[in-house]
Amino acid sequence: MAAGTTYLEAIRQGIWEEMERDPDVFVIGEDVGVYGGAFKVTAGMFEHFGDRRVVDTPISEEGIVGAAIGAGLMGLRPVAEMQFSDFISCGFDQIVNFAAKCHYRWNAAVPIVVRAPSGGGIHGGPFHSQNPEMWFVRTPGLKVVCPATPYDAKGLIKAAIRDNDPVIFFEHKALYRRVKEDIPDEDYTVPLGRAKVVREGKDLTIVTYGAMVWSALEAAEKLAEEGASIEVVDLRTLLPLDRDTVCDSVRKTSKVLLVHEDTRTGGMAGELAVSITERVFEYLDAPIVRVTAPDTPVPFSPPLEEAFLPNTEKVIEKARWLYRY
Amino acid sequence: MGTVEAITPHEQTQTDEQAPLAHQCLYYMALMREAEDRIERKLYRQGKVLGGVYVGRGQEAIPVGTGLLAQPQDILLPSHRDMAVFFIRGVPVRRVIAQYMGRMGGLTRGRDGNMHMGDMRLGIVSIISALAATVPVASGVALALRYKGTGGVAFSYFGDGATSRGAWHEGVNFATVQKLPVVYICNNNQYAYSTPLELQMACANVADRGPAYNMPAEIVDGNDVFAVYEAAQRAIAHARSGRGPYLLECKTFRMTGHSAHDAAEYVPQSLFEEWAKLDPIERLEAKMLEHRWATREEIDRLRVDVVREVDEAVAWADASPCPDPVTLTEGVYETE
Ligand SMILES: Cc1ncc(C[n+]2csc(CCOP(=O)(O)OP(=O)(O)O)c2C)c(N)n1
Repeated sequence: MAAGTTYLEAIRQGIWEEMERDPDVFVIGEDVGVYGGAFKVTAGMFEHFGDRRVVDTPISEEGIVGAAIGAGLMGLRPVAEMQFSDFISCGFDQIVNFAAKCHYRWNAAVPIVVRAPSGGGIHGGPFHSQNPEMWFVRTPGLKVVCPATPYDAKGLIKAAIRDNDPVIFFEHKALYRRVKEDIPDEDYTVPLGRAKVVREGKDLTIVTYGAMVWSALEAAEKLAEEGASIEVVDLRTLLPLDRDTVCDSVRKTSKVLLVHEDTRTGGMAGELAVSITERVFEYLDAPIVRVTAPDTPVPFSPPLEEAFLPNTEKVIEKARWLYRY
Repeated sequence: MGTVEAITPHEQTQTDEQAPLAHQCLYYMALMREAEDRIERKLYRQGKVLGGVYVGRGQEAIPVGTGLLAQPQDILLPSHRDMAVFFIRGVPVRRVIAQYMGRMGGLTRGRDGNMHMGDMRLGIVSIISALAATVPVASGVALALRYKGTGGVAFSYFGDGATSRGAWHEGVNFATVQKLPVVYICNNNQYAYSTPLELQMACANVADRGPAYNMPAEIVDGNDVFAVYEAAQRAIAHARSGRGPYLLECKTFRMTGHSAHDAAEYVPQSLFEEWAKLDPIERLEAKMLEHRWATREEIDRLRVDVVREVDEAVAWADASPCPDPVTLTEGVYETE
């Protein structure tokens, strides 16, 4: 057991161990070499693995993603870093028009991982705080992962590297150093495409992912004092989406609150709500409700950002309403 | 622009040893011409080929003069007017025709159409529809070729218009910084859809972009297959030796509209007439006769054989089944 491993360190270890295990795994991105990456996720790798396997690039998101795809087509397993997920838009074309469609179009596997530090709560402002996961969830052929815990972050990055499809791996920046957990020393993976019930309950279900898992758990803890037994489902992977685990939980609790830090319109909550009514409408005892960010850019000034971001209090308020419904 | 005057002259060696190469070049150029004519002028007009049809009529010397130099370990990333690359790499004509007809026999089994196809087993990366997106991908391919120590080179093909895109510059910049084994092969056919070169770039030649990346660049007569072949030898040797990328600008002309639906009324008729005199297939045939590398009868026989090969390919493709709609959702992921 590695005691008190941070989310960031868990990802770093996951990549490192995969590089030790498989000589075809390499890291590519801006400032990932000597500097160890803007957030230090690749710290020490350059010294240990050398410049062949830790490739510093010019400032070229399309160049980085394109090169990762090219190397992936050749059978390598590149782990590409976007300095901030916001800049993934500069490599968007490569991801959605090429990588995502290769296997369907011409049977070519693209075993790449694009790592993208995302999320607010770090005073990053409109260009360094976004949650762009839904840009990619809309694209069949991609896999989209949003871990919430160090254990899952390590297990999912390893699974993503071993996977033969293109994986967009969103790392929540606010979790990097804030959450710690004891994780096993031995090799393990967490399967892509599987949600997890992270807290059992019987009165209502909160479905969420990423940093909001922690807000949901806090809210559940608080409302337990009021007698509410709340189940929390962490999606972990957004595409492919594990509708089974969500619907099983709704069958059990009959009430569901959907939570995401991403903005409202076109967010994951909409897709989940329809999926739930399609499959388990007869089990619902209350309207499906959601807590999300409003439809605005992520503002900079602290009071504005606080108003923008969903948090434990906002989740408690909605969950309490639903519990009493 | 619009004439071949701007082309840098270079020494050409002509010996009888080149006779077999000339025959090979003529075969692939004639096959590309015939297959594309059939697709554009027959099957498309008959409604058997649907969607966009882009041909490389008049540009055949470029994919042929470069593609024939590819070693088995090399990887080719063709553009949309490079059909001969597929033939040289071993894709049968029948599978290309079936691809255009959306049949199971096509390389993408009806998942995609026209020249949007590839096969990694043959070392061909699929064309990416977004122009120039293939250039950063070529960098990654070359990175992998070097990573694995294969000695292979990536052949990155594109038109003049594609070099305006940011993706082109990002791909080239990274490849030159890393000294990756890439050969860039530009068909400068002087139009990008309806846009003439002078509205595409402020420099006179695509090759002028080379020095900005500290990359050797060479201009070659793209309608002379031997000139292309020899320049490509220099380019490939440079890239293979670890000295980094090399840019080859092949001056040519698009002898058609942008695609089958485009009558190209924006192109002055005089340009078509001028460039018709420089047809690469006719020039090669004239050279073969001049050097007695072939007789008129041999050339005629080759052309007849090519027509028969395409006839058979069309019949095969027409008999190939359409994909079954029940397979619609299959294959989105490698790991389902
Ligand atoms: C990014 C992008 N924008 C627009 C198009 C539509 N388009 C297809 S081919 C073409 C012209 C290409 O010109 P050039 O690169 O010179 O190649 P050529 O067709 O002349 O061989 C255009 C505009 C596209 N495929 N991709």
